[in-house]
Amino acid sequence: MIPLSHFMLVSAALFCIGLYAVLSKRNAIMVLIGIEFMLNAAILNFVAFSRHDKFAASGQVFALFAIVLAAAAVAVALAIILNVYKYYKTIDPTEIDQLGD
Amino acid sequence: MNIEQIVFYFLSAVVLVSALLVVAMKNLVRSIFLFFLTLFSMAGLFVFALADFVAITQVVVYVGGVLVLMIFAFLLSNRDILNNPDAVKINGKFLTAHHLPGLVVSFLFFTALMFAFSQFQVDELEWIAASEGNTLSPSDNTIELLGINIMTRYLLPFETISVLLMLALIGAAHLARKERKI
Repeated sequence: MIPLSHFMLVSAALFCIGLYAVLSKRNAIMVLIGIEFMLNAAILNFVAFSRHDKFAASGQVFALFAIVLAAAAVAVALAIILNVYKYYKTIDPTEIDQLGD
Repeated sequence: MNIEQIVFYFLSAVVLVSALLVVAMKNLVRSIFLFFLTLFSMAGLFVFALADFVAITQVVVYVGGVLVLMIFAFLLSNRDILNNPDAVKINGKFLTAHHLPGLVVSFLFFTALMFAFSQFQVDELEWIAASEGNTLSPSDNTIELLGINIMTRYLLPFETISVLLMLALIGAAHLARKERKI
């Protein structure tokens, strides 16, 4: 049995990598990938703790829901990114600073 | 060190190294393909947490769905979108000033998490120590347990998420329509 703390260590490191990508990347797709990293780190924690909750399986069920939500989020985010690119001709989040028209 | 631990640490090393390479890579297409490697080895880690169904779902949804969606979205649309704006502005330098705040914040967050982990022993938490008869063993059939739980205890979240998934589907299709006035 792998101890829980090792799962948490991996997930913490992955979360921080995702945080770095979200904070400092100048490309909306890389920001999206960073969000996916953070979601995956959270899912790993859910799944690791779910080993001690056999009959309710709360962690695994929640992990499944989180995967579905992440997939839906990626579909919508990609559609938005493509539209933003069509309109602004860039996907740098720091340059998209106008709302409305 | 038995074979289980060796494979687990190998997979976690693959996850972390490929994730670091994804964020360090200048070329977006290479990043996306390395992202594939990260997600695949994450599925391997899920197997070691005795969640085989979640691991299969990860492979099907993330590797088969999200990644293919990402690649197709950019192959079928403008190729200029793949040109990394980073690569044009900075020439050859690995670290520039605008990377620094993100680096500092994420490193500080990592140290905070490490400090939190060192403060309590997660394997000796009360409910984990008390879960002797409630712990999964590798021979358990998790799919049966998951199916029963989703159809009884978690039925309302399950239905809600299916409605949300349909909303996201319609929304994405509407946003990605060709002829529209913004």
